[in-house]
Amino acid sequence: MFEYAPAPESRAVVDIKPSYGLFIDGKFVDPADGTSFKTINPASEEVLAEISEAGQADVDRAVAAARKAYDKVWSKMPGRDRAKYLYRIARIIQERGREIAVLESLDNGKPIRESRDVDIPLVAAHFFYYAGWADKLDHAGFGPSPRALGVAAQVIPWNFPLLMLSWKIAPALAAGNTVVLKPAETTPLTALLFAEICQQADLPPGVVNIVTGAGETGRSLVEHAGVDKIAFTGSTEVGKAIARSVAGSRKKVTLELGGKAANVVFEDAPIDQAVEGIVNGIFFNQGHVCCAGSRLLVQESVYEPVLASLKRRMARLRVGDPLDKNTDIGAINSAAQLDRIRTLSDIGGEEGAERWSPPCDLPDHGFWFAPTIFTGVTQAHRIAREEIFGPVLSVLTFRTPAEAVEKANNTPYGLSAGVWTDKGSRILWMADRLRAGVVWANTFNKFDPTSPFGGYKESGYGREGGRHGLEAYLDV
Amino acid sequence: MTATTALDLSSVTSSDAALRVFLHGLPGVDQVGAEQRAAMLGTRSIKTTAKAWAIDLAIRMVDLTTLEGADTPGKVRALCAKARRPDPADPTCPPVAAICVYPAMVPTAVEALAGSGIHTASVATAFPSGQAPLEVKLADTRAAVAAGADEIDMVINRGAFLSGRYLEVYEEIAAVKQACGTAHLKVILETGELSTYDNVRRASWIGMLAGGDFIKTSTGKVPVAATLPVTLVMLEAVRDFRDLTGRQVGVKPAGGIRTTKDAIKYLVLVNETAGDAWLDPDWFRFGASTLLNDLLMQRTKLTTGVYAGPDYFTLD
Repeated sequence: MFEYAPAPESRAVVDIKPSYGLFIDGKFVDPADGTSFKTINPASEEVLAEISEAGQADVDRAVAAARKAYDKVWSKMPGRDRAKYLYRIARIIQERGREIAVLESLDNGKPIRESRDVDIPLVAAHFFYYAGWADKLDHAGFGPSPRALGVAAQVIPWNFPLLMLSWKIAPALAAGNTVVLKPAETTPLTALLFAEICQQADLPPGVVNIVTGAGETGRSLVEHAGVDKIAFTGSTEVGKAIARSVAGSRKKVTLELGGKAANVVFEDAPIDQAVEGIVNGIFFNQGHVCCAGSRLLVQESVYEPVLASLKRRMARLRVGDPLDKNTDIGAINSAAQLDRIRTLSDIGGEEGAERWSPPCDLPDHGFWFAPTIFTGVTQAHRIAREEIFGPVLSVLTFRTPAEAVEKANNTPYGLSAGVWTDKGSRILWMADRLRAGVVWANTFNKFDPTSPFGGYKESGYGREGGRHGLEAYLDV
Repeated sequence: MTATTALDLSSVTSSDAALRVFLHGLPGVDQVGAEQRAAMLGTRSIKTTAKAWAIDLAIRMVDLTTLEGADTPGKVRALCAKARRPDPADPTCPPVAAICVYPAMVPTAVEALAGSGIHTASVATAFPSGQAPLEVKLADTRAAVAAGADEIDMVINRGAFLSGRYLEVYEEIAAVKQACGTAHLKVILETGELSTYDNVRRASWIGMLAGGDFIKTSTGKVPVAATLPVTLVMLEAVRDFRDLTGRQVGVKPAGGIRTTKDAIKYLVLVNETAGDAWLDPDWFRFGASTLLNDLLMQRTKLTTGVYAGPDYFTLD
């Protein structure tokens, strides 16, 4: 037996302070009423730091700082100068990549292999990409000299803490806006490290402000009269509440919400790679991915070999210490999320779907959930309809391409989809018919700053990434 | 490809058409996906005890090879001495799996390896091009076996394969297998000349269907030799073949594997693709001439904590 010895990444490269203030107007400041909460390592439940909870007064201060920076500095600055700051930030992120990756894995629970090889390189790529746009807005296809919107309120989730920050902040700054960003309460550390990077890059005070806190802080920010644009990534439930609260106001909104993506495997698919794609689609980042391929649709004629290969492959997944370079699946981000995954999975069993997980030893401390598949799932099962946001895959079958399209589209969501087939014409045929913002062909969960990302139906509106992502921050 | 009971595949090779239908019915290989998977497995981090274990296993899997026009009995004897005791300074170092030489050098190798348990492998069938009449290839094989080789590394007829004459490739391998008698047959696909992963998968299946005991990537004589993705595809093929027929076939990447780091990447690939059953010199080999010294150097580093210079390890 080839037992890989543990190969943990050193924690010594990160310097976590015992407590953090709010980042307002270029400085770390204490919250007005002094309340705080703790952020923990979900793999061990160890407390990492005390985080300030921003109240209404703090949000007021942050929005005022952003407004001042917008009026006096950032909106007046030529695009080529804004680009310099963005390039500088991108380079610092690359230079400090290892430190950032370790911190991200500590706070989020995601395996270091993913934070190191996927998240952080993409974060840098987003800043580089939008830095390139900052002095070319006149040529982006939105008419001559499109104007920035003003102050952007941005609220991001805990599944890709720094990546979601980069998706929000890079285009906003490139377009000339200033921002107030609220990271998720369970994963604020890399956003606070990003604040330090802004200082290191000499970014003018107030251009980027970071307020930490939970839902109340987010609500104060989103409902603040002084913001011009709201960008939210998170649950559909909260997204709907935001849409209601800003309805009728002059604020612009983009929402990137939940998903229940179909990953469609045809009988002529390259089976070994399709199985990799299924695994990557649902077990990447513990399934904490809004565009995760959580519904597997397999053509009945290849159901058995695909399922057998999938189970064999799942038995090879290594679950455990996120800082170990050989870990494939890390910890569930929070006790609350673990609870939700357990509840929905139990419902799957009660509804009669057959549940299977490979034998795997889970650590004693922290929040863990073994990779799980449900077979015999139908469209009527709750696990086929609701977003679980965990390493849980529902397997359904279909007989014809038309049936595949029908089932894939039969969901309130429409963020992403996957198609596996050797036939190029079928890929195009499917892509035309699938009601999803992204359709991956013979791959899954691939991201690139040049490629727009966003949803249909309850998956939200607006696009992030690419030229489209710029449009969301311009008055066009 | 996952029938749990053994299946009779004889009808598959009853005609060129039947064999073509079968080979083209195998699931395709997506190039991007296969390369990504191989690259991902290449980032596995193997340290301390796992590394020590992997290095010793890799040493036991080496087919120590010399295939030069300038080979002499003296050179082969020196290589055999090294095969027995790779590290004269450390008796705990295991011997390698086999010595691989041209047929003319087999008697020398057999004599030098007598009593060691190390196999003598010989390339045959007009290695490396394979461009000779079948009678010549069979005579080449028989001569090598008669001289004492217990493992034959044959090259397939790439010309026939690329022009779609699959049955001809199959029949040639089957004939060579018969000429081998009790000797083990390793079928060299020369994957660098097959150009697509679909071809690699099909050639792998022809080699296994025809009775090959091993499938091997390369001769080491063309620019592109063993690669991780090609080996991944071959490992998937032997895994599927065993699921379908119950018969296990070995895999041998050869050519271009020079460092311990590379060798360990291959072992990870074996572990996570075909599984434990292949992590054994009976089922996985490295065809290499310079890999061994790097393995020895890393082995010494693990025990002493420092890297020794090249002069601390023997030349062939």
